[in-house]
Order: sequence, then structure tokens, then C-alpha cells
Amino acid sequence: MTYHNPPVTPRKSATFDDYTLSEIRRAAQTGIYDIRGAGAKRRVPHFDDLLFLGASISRYPLEGYRERCSTSVTLGTRFAKKPIELKIPITIAGMSFGALSAHAKDALGRGASLAGTSTTTGDGGMTPEERGQSKTLVYQYLPSRYGMNPDDLRKADAIEVVVGQGAKPGGGGMLLGQKISDRVAEMRNLPKGIDQRSACRHPDWTGPDDLEIKIHELREITDWEKPIYVKVGATRPYYDTALAVKAGADVVVLDGMQGGTAATQEVFIENVGLPTLAAIRPAVQALQDLGMHRKVQLIVSGGIRNGADVAKALALGADAVAIGVAALVAIGDNDPALEAEYAKLGTTAGAYDDWHEGRDPAGITTQDVALMQRLDPVKAGRRLANYLKVMTLELQTVARACGHNDIHNLEPEDLCALTIEAAAMARVPLAGTNWIPGVTQGGL
Amino acid sequence: MQRPNIRTVDLSKTTLRELNQELHTLNSSTDGAWEILNARGFHAVAVGVDAPVSIDVRGSVGYYCAGMNKQAAVTVHGSAGPGIAENMMSGSVRITGDASQYAGATGRGGLLVIEGNASSRCGVSMKGIDIVVRGNIGHMSAFMAQSGNLVVLGDAGDALGDSIYEARLFVRGSVKSLGADCIEKEMREEHHTALAALLERAGITDVKTSEFKRYGSARKLYNFNIDNADAY
Repeated sequence: MTYHNPPVTPRKSATFDDYTLSEIRRAAQTGIYDIRGAGAKRRVPHFDDLLFLGASISRYPLEGYRERCSTSVTLGTRFAKKPIELKIPITIAGMSFGALSAHAKDALGRGASLAGTSTTTGDGGMTPEERGQSKTLVYQYLPSRYGMNPDDLRKADAIEVVVGQGAKPGGGGMLLGQKISDRVAEMRNLPKGIDQRSACRHPDWTGPDDLEIKIHELREITDWEKPIYVKVGATRPYYDTALAVKAGADVVVLDGMQGGTAATQEVFIENVGLPTLAAIRPAVQALQDLGMHRKVQLIVSGGIRNGADVAKALALGADAVAIGVAALVAIGDNDPALEAEYAKLGTTAGAYDDWHEGRDPAGITTQDVALMQRLDPVKAGRRLANYLKVMTLELQTVARACGHNDIHNLEPEDLCALTIEAAAMARVPLAGTNWIPGVTQGGL
Repeated sequence: MQRPNIRTVDLSKTTLRELNQELHTLNSSTDGAWEILNARGFHAVAVGVDAPVSIDVRGSVGYYCAGMNKQAAVTVHGSAGPGIAENMMSGSVRITGDASQYAGATGRGGLLVIEGNASSRCGVSMKGIDIVVRGNIGHMSAFMAQSGNLVVLGDAGDALGDSIYEARLFVRGSVKSLGADCIEKEMREEHHTALAALLERAGITDVKTSEFKRYGSARKLYNFNIDNADAY
């Protein structure tokens, strides 16, 4: 007798999901690991897992649109003769000319300047357009030293020594040959069309003791005028922050794993580093232990999307935040209006991340002249300024609701967490309790 | 006896910050000679200078002496710590003694002459600088070297020219090993001519270009190819 198995709904594996299966097939077909742009796409504990408590009987709120709530921030007060004054605590993260088109860099500069904040160069040097359009420009000092020269160093308003970034802590960069135009090749002093590797370590210093001497050299070259930032990918934030302070940093930039990159291996982006939420408190703890909180400023980046995220980062102890991916979206990246063109590239709006291939229909992550022309830097800059303005209003709304007349008065006591994981990482109580896992014993 | 027209700065009496700030007031129309006494291993001596002056540093220096130099002719009468003439743009730097790690790192132009030996990673990531070393150089020298020339009258250590791009390497002595994608190349007439010019600029007259071998990129790793994965 034949046994007939009754029909059931086909069941796909949670472990071997559709994406995983497609990646196995892709690897088997090509023999090459996947490279892409942007940051971690996996779900990790994030600012969404925190809520503000708001004012109540024990605290009174401030009136929206009436009572002042300051948003300005000063960066580089420790050693620099000329600290940076920003109107808002939201800066534009480092992104290179090369990875981005000249029009995109132009737009970022315009938007940041309109909003009263800073933008940052990237791995490829400073372009005249970017310097011209950016009221306040931070110049990155990277392992590759592409485009590095003392004249641009002196033109900068601050210098950011990049040790690592959240998308790939411990990794270098790669700009694939198809994006190496004549101009990019000239700025980087390499032949056109070849893959350009950006080293993962600096060529002339190793370790915190050397970093201190390197920072000293940069200060001597620039006559101690410029704030010097040290940017690290979030891995060991307590120790990295402490060592950056010891090495003489004015500002520490801490980038979580959701922070974007122009191009890195998928395995790196998704599996190395800490979520932004988990990195802030250890870094702040290091600053507090050294008596340097608010004296050495902390900029947090990686997955900042709206004013609430900014408020949460500040409440956990940051002085400012930086945005990269969100700024690109504001100027037109992954716009559904371009869906037909994304479809031709085998993707969809919202998922396009092959930024390294240089075929971006939005004209942002490309060096193709025809594509680049699609981006109007003036209009795109305006969109970025609008977005920054909205984030700032949202930030002020939350701060006033918590009773603060300065966004830097936000504090961990303003927060609770929706999950045990987020409570442990952010060191704030689980909602409805006074339990901070790893800190308190719990109870109501 | 102090010669006229020489500005002498004694680092036992003047701070390094004062020295560098004064040097930064000079510009392209400024010439003259400077003498820096009691260098005593200070880091960042005469960094960021942008003027056609001569600077004689008496004593050994620490890290990054003459960093990002433009136009100036700096001579260290002693030895140099790590990163001598890092990211030099133009001008010249001469070390009468030995140089530590990363000599001439990421240099973009100018001439670096080391009369003694240079340690590891000499010329790392060089981007147009010319480096002439009378003695030996250490391991991983000219790592990721992009352009410029590295001339070594002595021997080279392990992994010379690893991941090299378009820089040219001339070594008179032995090479312990070559790094990934670095190969020995033919010394054609144009290379003898270029090498002779480099030696002349460095003031070296007691060796012949025929005594050198040339090394450079095999250009096999310029674009990622999975079949080359074992080379990385």
C-alpha cells in the first residue's frame, strides 16, 4: 500500500532564508564575495528600542515655539585655538569624492552650510567645490593619505584622524576601477581604471603612543589652531575613547555598525562591530572616568535618521551626531521615483547598495558625467538643509517635552527601554521598571 | 663663530611650538638659512615649512621631522626617528645618520637622502617622492608604493615592494625577498639615465648605475581577480 503524505503549506527555513540561499548561489556562481555600500542591514538593538519619558509632576516641560531650547554646540575646546561653533548638533559624516560625485559633495556642502553645520571630506582629498560650498569643513586624515597635503590641511576647519569606521572596523577601503575617472586618478596619484585600495592601518604610526605623536605633528603643522578629531569604529568603545583622549584628541567620533561605507565586503558590514546603541555608554563612561566628558566632545554616528535618534544619542551622553546614509537619502539616493532604473539594475528603490559600481541613477555614488548631471547641487543642498531643519525641530520638541532648555541637558534619566537588550546596552531602565540589566537588581 | 644671515634657534631655550610657528611665517619669497641646535630627539621638528630656506638641524630628531615639507632643504646632522619627511611635497631632506621606520612615508615630491641605513617600511605608500639610501633598508619597504623612486645602495629586507603600484625601485645589493606583485625588471637605458640623475641629485658619485637592479609592479593585482586570491 502506498502511503500518501497529506499536503501541507511549503515551509521555508528560517536559517536558510531566501536571501541566504541567493547569496550561496551567487557565491557559487562567481567565486567572489559580495561587495556593497551602506551599513549593516540586519536588525540590531537601536534607538527605536528607547522611549522618552517626557515631563510629568516631577518635572515640568517647556513651551514649544515659545521657550528657548538651544541647539548649538562647540567642538574642539580642549586644545584648539579655533574651536568649531555649529548651530545644530547634527554634522555630515566623511564621504569621499570618488565614492561620491562632485555634485553630491557640492550638495552636501551647500546643505550643511545652510543649516549651520559642518561637512567632512573623505578618502580622496579635498575638492575646491567642497571647500567652497562648506562653511565649516572637516578634513579627514586617512591611512591611504590620498590627496593629503599641508595646504588643504590648513584650509580645513578641523582635522579628523580616521582610525576606523563602523561599517568595517579593522578594514581598509576599495574603490573599484570603474569609478576611477581621470580626476579621481589624478587626486589619488594612481593609474586610471585600477582598483584603489585604501589601507586599513596608517602608514606611519601604530598604536596609541604613536597616535599621540602624530596628533602632535598635525597640531604643529597647523599651529595648534584646528580641532583634531579621532574617528573609531565601534568595537571597544571604552578603551578606544580613553586612548583617543590620552593621545590628545579634541573630539572623539564613534561610528556604530549601521554606519555606511562606500564599498566593503557584505560579511564585514554585517558581522564586525557594535551597534551604535551599545557603543555610546561605554564611550561616555570612559570620558567620565577621565573627567573629560563635555571637555572632549563625543560625536556619534551610525543609523541616525530623525530628531528622536539625535535626542536619544545626546541623552546617552553624546555632544553631537553625524549622518551619512540619511544625508544621501535626503539629496536623492534610493528615490522611488527612479524605480524603473533601479529595476534595470536588478534591485529596487530602498535596497540599492551597489554604490561601488558607479551606475547610481540618482547621480550620487557615481563618476559617470551623464548620471552626475542628474543631480542639481543647489536643489539637493536645499533638500538636505530642509531635512536637517526638521531633525533639529524634532530634537527640540523632545527636549522641551523633557523640560530642557538646551538639547545637551537631555540625560539618561529621560529614557526607558522597550527591550531587555536595549536596557542593558543603553543602561536605562526597562520600561515600567527600574531594572537596568547589569546595573540594578530590578523591581518597580 | 656664528655666520652672518643664519638664524640660529636653540631648542634648549626656545620651544618647539615657537620654532615651528616662526618657520610658518616664511613664504616662497623668503630665503635664508636656519640652524637648529639641541634637537635632542624632539618630535615634529621643522614640520609644515613652505619656503625655499635651508635648515640645518644639529643632533638627532624624533618622529616626523620635516613632515609635509615644501621647498625647504632640511639637513639632520644625526639620526632620525620614525616618519622622517612624511608626506613631503617638495624640497629636500638629508639625514647624515640612520633613519627609523616609515622614512618618506606617503611623500609626494622632493628628495630624501639617508646617508646611513633606513629601517622597515621605508617609502611606504610613496606617491612621487624620490628616496636615496646609502645603506640598507628594512622589511616591507615601498609597501603599496604608488609613484616616485627608491634607490638603495645596500641591501633590502623581506617583502620589498609588496602590493606596489607604479613606483620604481633600484637596489644595488641583495633583496631578501620580494613582496606580492613585485618583480625584477629590465634595466633599460632610460632607467640608467633616470638612476644616474637621482644619484647625482643625492650627491653620490662612487657607484655605477650598472651595479643596480630594478624592481617594480607585475601589475597582476591591479584589478581584483579571484584566481589571484592566493597571492594576497
